[in-house]
Amino acid sequence: MLFSPWCALEEQFIANVSSPASAARARRSGRVGLATASRSTSDPHPAEMATHELHPNDTLTTLKMESENLKAKLEEERAKLHDVELHQVAEKIEALGQFVMKTRRTLKGHGNKVLCMDWCKDKRRIVSSSQDGKVIVWDAFTTNKEHAVTMPCTWVMACAYAPSGCAVACGGLDNKCSVYPLSLDKNENLAAKKKSVAMHTNYLSACSFTNSDMQILTSSGDGTCALWDVESGQLLQSFHGHGADVLCLDLAPSETGNTFVSGGCDKKANVWDMRSGQCIQSFETHESDINSVRYYPSGDAFASGSDDATCRLYDLRADREVAIYSKESIIFGASSVDFSLSGRLLFGGYNDYTINVWDVLKGNRVSILFGHENRVSTLRVSPDGTAFCSGSWDHTLRIWA
Amino acid sequence: MIMHIFRVFPQMEQVIVAMQDPDLGIKMKNQRLLITVIPHAMTGNDIVEWLMKKYSIMEEEALHVGDLLVRHGYIYPLKEPRNLVLRPDESPYRFQTPYFWSSQQWPASELDYAIYLTKKNIRKQGQLIDYEKENYNLLHKRINHTWDFVVMQAKEQLRASKQRRKADRIVLECQEQAYWLINRPPVECLTPRLSQRDRGKQSNTKCEHSSRMSLMHSDWSLAVTFPSSFIKYSEQYFSHDPMMHGCPPSNPWITDDITHWALNTNTVSTPTKLRVERWSFRFMELLSDPLGRLKFMEYLEKEFSAENLCFWEACEDIRHGENSRIPQKVQEVYKQFLAPGASKWVNVDSKTMEKTLEGLRRPNRFVMDDAQMHIYFLMKKDSYPRYLKSDLYKNLLVKAIAPQETKRSVFPFMRRHRHSSPNPALVAQALEEDGKAKRLGSPRITSPATSP
Repeated sequence: MLFSPWCALEEQFIANVSSPASAARARRSGRVGLATASRSTSDPHPAEMATHELHPNDTLTTLKMESENLKAKLEEERAKLHDVELHQVAEKIEALGQFVMKTRRTLKGHGNKVLCMDWCKDKRRIVSSSQDGKVIVWDAFTTNKEHAVTMPCTWVMACAYAPSGCAVACGGLDNKCSVYPLSLDKNENLAAKKKSVAMHTNYLSACSFTNSDMQILTSSGDGTCALWDVESGQLLQSFHGHGADVLCLDLAPSETGNTFVSGGCDKKANVWDMRSGQCIQSFETHESDINSVRYYPSGDAFASGSDDATCRLYDLRADREVAIYSKESIIFGASSVDFSLSGRLLFGGYNDYTINVWDVLKGNRVSILFGHENRVSTLRVSPDGTAFCSGSWDHTLRIWA
Repeated sequence: MIMHIFRVFPQMEQVIVAMQDPDLGIKMKNQRLLITVIPHAMTGNDIVEWLMKKYSIMEEEALHVGDLLVRHGYIYPLKEPRNLVLRPDESPYRFQTPYFWSSQQWPASELDYAIYLTKKNIRKQGQLIDYEKENYNLLHKRINHTWDFVVMQAKEQLRASKQRRKADRIVLECQEQAYWLINRPPVECLTPRLSQRDRGKQSNTKCEHSSRMSLMHSDWSLAVTFPSSFIKYSEQYFSHDPMMHGCPPSNPWITDDITHWALNTNTVSTPTKLRVERWSFRFMELLSDPLGRLKFMEYLEKEFSAENLCFWEACEDIRHGENSRIPQKVQEVYKQFLAPGASKWVNVDSKTMEKTLEGLRRPNRFVMDDAQMHIYFLMKKDSYPRYLKSDLYKNLLVKAIAPQETKRSVFPFMRRHRHSSPNPALVAQALEEDGKAKRLGSPRITSPATSP
């Protein structure tokens, strides 16, 4: 059910100018821009070229030139569509008022840099992992620590809470993703029941459960993403296409629930079909590593945070970048991003120890939050949108509301 | 990931260069340091004010940015050289000479560091600080064979500096000290930092990128033409977003009052108004809320079309369940929903049915996808809109709770007791034990997460 704007535009071209009658019809219905505007006496119309039959004189080079020409014209028309369509609408939106957010809880207990965190579906518990190999489950509301696991490796860069709340997954420099069922028996060693699920050939950078406790999606420094069956540890699907380390991923909240996006050191953000393993869309506008990707709540777009000190928004249906969130005074890279519940706000954790809050629609920065004493490495909004949690190299996690 | 810090140098250097612009930069003056006058210096205040003006930012942010520049060695303090912090007052600061910038490919070798420490040792006998003493001794052991050279170099450099004017001498000493404070090799392994080699390569390409970037972007970000769908979505959810609109009766994180959560559990008898309203936004909202799905099921049962939702749920279970149980589950679903004469037969079009039956020969996770999607859209286009117009739904809306937003408590400093909640793992464990007692051998379907 994928909408490919390229196909649609091409079809319109060809349809509009296949006959003078249809061209006239197009003009009347208002789709002038596409059909007739690009008509000039000098160069041949792209649609005519598209329906051009193959001649014996057509060499590979002339065909290539034609296709490049077509592409350029299509891009031109595509740009026109966007300029006319919605330029004014963004200005009509009311600007946001004064924004006040404070640290409401500080979670202290990690002995080293906090690298990753995730929320439990109960809206108050979180799991966090750090450089010293410790994975801790907290009730963030009371700030009590409820479980702790010591991984056999350091730099636990990824952790995730299972949807049922009964297990956590984590991994890092051990190249694996392991699932720990959470036991409430104080005497039981959580590490004993550990299940090794994913196996990569380089570090694990991110992991996420899909809609149930039974499947895990992982991304790795080996340049691939993979989908695993938790029970058997079997590889269900692998995703190849990134040219370098994959640093982050996020599952789409769409109705059909079959896609996810990943970002990597090759500056690309790729959208994948989980069934076929194919990369269905790719975006390359960042100028450096993409550290974090997150879907807009409706699933129609996603945001990314990168070492180039910008965050960007990509529209999946329009197949292009639609906004850049940056400021000259922000020099350090963004390590993690997430949206507020309505998608109006984008929170970005940066390597200069701050958190910048952006107005997604109007594009300006609404607020800057100070508090952490070292770089912010991870940031997630809670499932019901009442707060967000940030983890930092200063060994602490903070809940902001 | 760990090397990222080095990619920032060209951007920081751009800021520094702008600061030193003869027309638009900071106005340099002579600053007094005790009895000596240092030329070309500025105060902490000057730096903060310049940043505020140039980037249209508030004082707190300007102080933060300036502080980062000091910490990375581009600006150093004259008064307390060891304390690399920006003070927004009359404290004097100076720009570090580019020769000593951390981004230069200058290898901070052991030899140079040894010479520096020796100079210091000779100049101020026994005034090396602890880590410097340690390093000095370590180096003395490590490069003992060239120690004569080190001492000779140190003495020579000291002699040359004595011939300079006092002001210049102080400046050079400060520059050197600032450089070594940041770039000194780590104590355990006194080897030239490998990162220096990478730095050079990266800083060149980064320079191009950053200059291109600054050409492209203005001060505010490029909020380009925005699809109206995003605007509509954000507007629709505005009052449901606790960060934009508040959270009735109050945000638990702010007031320590968990009423908001208690009112929105999955087992509550009367849902809140906001929650019921949200179910009307889109079909997926209704289905993904366990309470919403329950209420919808009640409605479908009245309409004798509950099998559609049951089928959809069973398909979800196949898609997201254990790999090993797929063949068994697929067979059960076929028997219950698709086979001719099935007890809960669902109406799937012939083409889809054909395709599904074909796929049943080799059951996999996705074999029910087409049929599931067909039934999903059937419910979405038909049952769902009718549900929203039904009395059942309208009654829910009328009876729904709409708690008042409470004002801040009169005594804000009196902290409420923060109640703990049962761990979901515990709840699940208890349910399982309960279920074991009641179960009669029928297969267990994993239920979605229940929030306490």
